[in-house]
Amino acid sequence: MTGLLGGIDPVVLVASLMVAAVPIMLAAIGELVAEKAGVLNLGVEGMMIIGAVCGFVGAVETGSPLAGFVAGAAAGAGLSLIFAGLTQLLLANQVATGLALTLFGLGLSSLIGQGYVGIKPPPTGDVPFGPLAGIPVLGTILFDHDPLVYVSVLMVAAVWAVLRFTRAGLILRAVGENHDAAHALGYPVQRVRLLAILFGGAMAGLGGATISLIRVPQWTDGITAGAGWIALAIVVFASWKPWRVLVGAYLFGGITVLQLNLQAAGARIPVEYLSMSPYLITILVLVVMSADRGRAALRAPAALGRNFHASR
Amino acid sequence: MTRPALLTAEGLTKAYPGVVANSDVSFAIAEGEVHALLGENGAGKSTLVKMIYGLVKPDAGAMTLRGAPFAPSKPSAARARGVAMVFQHFSLFEALNVAENVALGMEKPPRMGELAGRIRTVSRDYGLPLDPDRLVGDLSAGERQRVEIIRCLLQDPKLLIMDEPTSVLTPQEVDILFQTLRQLARKGTAILYISHKLEEIRSLCDTATILRRGKVVASCTPRQKSARELAELMVGKVLNAPARSEAPKGAVALEVANLSLRSPGAFGTALKGVSLAVRKGEILGIAGVAGNGQDELLLALSGELRSARDAVRIDGAGMGDRGPNARRRAGLVAAPEERLGHAAAPDMSLTENALLSGAVRQALVRRGFIDWRATRAFAEGIVRDYDVRTPGVGVAARALSGGNLQKFVVGRELSQDPGVVVVNQPTWGVDASAAAAIRQALIDRAAAGAAVVVISQDLDELIEIADRFAALNGGRLSASRPTRGLSVDEIGLMMGGAHGMEAAHLDHA
Amino acid sequence: MITLERRPGPSRFWTAVTPLLAVVLTMVAGGAMFAILGKDPVVAIRTIFWDPLFHPDFAAYSRPQLLVKAAPLILIAIGLSLGFRAGIWNIGAEGQYILGAICGAAVGLGFYPTEAWYVFPLMVLAGGLGGWLWAMIPALLRTRFNSSEILVSLLLVYVAQSILSSMALGALRNPEGGGFPGSRNFASYPSGANPELVAGTGLHWGVAAACIAVIAAFVLLQRHILGFQIRLAGEAPKAARFAGVAPDRLVVLCFGISGTLAGLAGLFEVAGPAGQISIDFGSGYGFTAIIVAFLGRLNPIGILLAGLLMALTYIGGELAQFMLGLPSAAIQAFQGMLLFFLLAVDLLSNYRPRFVGPRRPA
Repeated sequence: MTGLLGGIDPVVLVASLMVAAVPIMLAAIGELVAEKAGVLNLGVEGMMIIGAVCGFVGAVETGSPLAGFVAGAAAGAGLSLIFAGLTQLLLANQVATGLALTLFGLGLSSLIGQGYVGIKPPPTGDVPFGPLAGIPVLGTILFDHDPLVYVSVLMVAAVWAVLRFTRAGLILRAVGENHDAAHALGYPVQRVRLLAILFGGAMAGLGGATISLIRVPQWTDGITAGAGWIALAIVVFASWKPWRVLVGAYLFGGITVLQLNLQAAGARIPVEYLSMSPYLITILVLVVMSADRGRAALRAPAALGRNFHASR
Repeated sequence: MTRPALLTAEGLTKAYPGVVANSDVSFAIAEGEVHALLGENGAGKSTLVKMIYGLVKPDAGAMTLRGAPFAPSKPSAARARGVAMVFQHFSLFEALNVAENVALGMEKPPRMGELAGRIRTVSRDYGLPLDPDRLVGDLSAGERQRVEIIRCLLQDPKLLIMDEPTSVLTPQEVDILFQTLRQLARKGTAILYISHKLEEIRSLCDTATILRRGKVVASCTPRQKSARELAELMVGKVLNAPARSEAPKGAVALEVANLSLRSPGAFGTALKGVSLAVRKGEILGIAGVAGNGQDELLLALSGELRSARDAVRIDGAGMGDRGPNARRRAGLVAAPEERLGHAAAPDMSLTENALLSGAVRQALVRRGFIDWRATRAFAEGIVRDYDVRTPGVGVAARALSGGNLQKFVVGRELSQDPGVVVVNQPTWGVDASAAAAIRQALIDRAAAGAAVVVISQDLDELIEIADRFAALNGGRLSASRPTRGLSVDEIGLMMGGAHGMEAAHLDHA
Repeated sequence: MITLERRPGPSRFWTAVTPLLAVVLTMVAGGAMFAILGKDPVVAIRTIFWDPLFHPDFAAYSRPQLLVKAAPLILIAIGLSLGFRAGIWNIGAEGQYILGAICGAAVGLGFYPTEAWYVFPLMVLAGGLGGWLWAMIPALLRTRFNSSEILVSLLLVYVAQSILSSMALGALRNPEGGGFPGSRNFASYPSGANPELVAGTGLHWGVAAACIAVIAAFVLLQRHILGFQIRLAGEAPKAARFAGVAPDRLVVLCFGISGTLAGLAGLFEVAGPAGQISIDFGSGYGFTAIIVAFLGRLNPIGILLAGLLMALTYIGGELAQFMLGLPSAAIQAFQGMLLFFLLAVDLLSNYRPRFVGPRRPA
């Protein structure tokens, strides 16, 4: 079995794919909340990379990785505020604004990160589970991780619970389904969407900070390499259901880790083909999921992407 | 026996740029009274009611509820004081289930399990049974209205406002709804009933306030007036029924044979084995409440939805697999229900909108290039012939009032010298004089030899202009019968009867 | 309190004025950003916008660069604008640009060292075809499987970049290049080159193509039924279907046009100013063209002007980098800001701000 995977231990593979999936899972669950409220934010890549650079700078300057994560989330939320202002208040086209956010975020992050290339950030330790981490197989997979791995899974669970069981979650879903009806019933559509967008931004920023502080860990231009776009694809793949985001993120994390390991192990497939495989597989998955027209149409929030203007 | 006043309104005024929606409106509703708010489209009924429900703030005037000042700043404030509203265009969420929809309309809903139980009980008691777990998107229009009503009833309202509730009901369902409303009134709930359907108001309501152009023009007891008197109060002038021609009908121009189609939308109605035939010079009226397949039928006839080749035949030629422009070439024109967004592009000028459907039959495009001069002339002709009030043909479609835009849309289709005309809801949301003009135009076109299909929710309109009558129910079309001599009961049965509603079985007060 | 009220029809005045307003606002905000970076804002703005055109020492060099930088931006943006108007979002123009360059360069290098009149035209054909094929992938996946063309076209950019690396290091590597990555330079192959046609102006075949594209797009949108259908599809999709527009055909057409134009831009660039296939050939024109398209309000003349303006920011940015030490990323952020401001002021064409007095106590 290990020979097939280029000499990789499958337990280590599973453990590392869980780590690799964290940034995308966080960004995707954040975007899921925004989309459930009816907002399509294509700026995930921009928010992630701003989170990556601000998280990095925050951690390096204060010496505390926790400060870094908080800074990353705050930066992502801050950037998403621009998106919220443009689309909710000024009624700008959501697709164009999301793209602008990404372009601006890429430029701004490069600017902020100017003096930080090549520096090592303070390390984020694993959560101490003590002897549990020593259990063969399960120990490595479940108990030997940095805190963000657990945070990401908790976030997915929290989002699922809030959307399913609370009134706030019901109102959010209603706004995403039919914003005119929600308005007629007296719910503050723009405020709900603003909060959803901010949540999405904070999650994307946190995911980005995870890349620069744990995954790599360092800062370079363009460090996210399209992770934000993958996160968007995962939301579609998940049919806007929180637990499926987990599955999708792990799947993608698995492919990424696998192809990196194959590259390192000197597998016979040329490097370029391996590095394009995650993107090609994402496309394939997208196509398969959207091909079932009827089902997909039912699951997407009906008001997704359309702006709301209270007329009278 | 004077009942105490529940709601009073004094001098309510609301103006928007360009139009005064309500001007110095005053009236009073007593406890347990069924009060009608009567007026044609555009008279200001919706705005007045939005002020009562807290969706809109009046510019001037005041209201009291049971003696205390009443000025809700938002709907939840109105709900908290006991005012509930059933909207004309339902505020429902198709992808959520009945219980979730009801919870969203309530202030402090109980837990889902308890709510589901209460929905089951209350809906059954009032004769409007509902299953709390069903997705609203899967419900018929009448069932959706039940969700709206139950949502209100669960909050024990003192005042129930109903905005044009019967447009989605068959005559039998209307009767049952009225029984439910009378029960409610007997138990002390006042009802504010908004409508322009005179016979219903005469049958149901105790008092009526009549609005015209934003002002109160009369208050009366509807039962003491005839429908014609009420109509004249509403419109302000005498209306004449349109002139019908008695010319013999020609050959069959449009034939639909066993048409079955899936709906393009997630929650639409599929067409099942629809068959019809319309002769030249004949008007076929198709009745059916919303959600029974009207939109799908129009799309299937206009060519936006394709079907088997011989399922739709125009002058004998199979056209089912061809698109809209091929059908226009064959002589079929269509006017969809949705004026802004479907029949016309809101931000485009009238000239451009004339090009939209007239390109083929009016030869406005030569070798791919548009002849803008000819298009402008075509648009100007429509404006002139159909009395469309507009500063010019360069204005955007959305700048026109509903009635004028509808005149333009219908006029655009009729000006193309068509052989077959299909219209869906030709006078919905249109003021009385424009509506009369549109109906006369349709009759004139039929007299000139076209085969006309009118799909409408307005039974009075169909009885007035159609030669033959058929009903669309759940995607199935009944056999067509001559309109003359058809009774309201028979029509109701053709439309599907009562759809599961039953007489309310509450204890009488 | 300010509320927004819908205008009866789009305001012609504001539609024309908003791009100018956006530029002014960006200069102000950009100036603030430069100040934070420790540069004199006025000097920085002047260096970016004024000096490339009029500075006595540099202008002679930088002015021709204007056309060189603007041509690919305009060419790509024209193609994108048609799709954007119809609500068809081709975000992967960068990938189509790269593929066009690769295909065209491959054909040219295949003919090397043959000198013949037909080499360059064949390269142009290959370039357009390469971009077209790459754009057909998201187009067909959308029409057959209803998958998001935004995500597919975007993800293919990353794939295209991988292919580019692979070509630069492998298949297209210059055998006489001493082992370094990168293809043979077209400057040394006259039949395959895209030279400056008039000395000192930066005019090359790409510039000519951009001009033709602008004129063709203008005629298409104003006078041709296809242009009308594109506009209709974007503004009122249901009305478009009512008018007989086939949405699938439109998707394939718009992606086809934008892919071809992007591929051509790539070919003209690789055979001209860039000179060779290298790992960093993809300079982001495909993405900047999106900003150009919006800045030009999706209008061909607007795009012409916006492309020149954006090219100015590129050249001015390089100048500022050289003279003031301004980091190049600042320019990218600046360009992103431009799009933001444009989107923000855009609503003025359709909505009127109204000042509503304090609420009367009810």
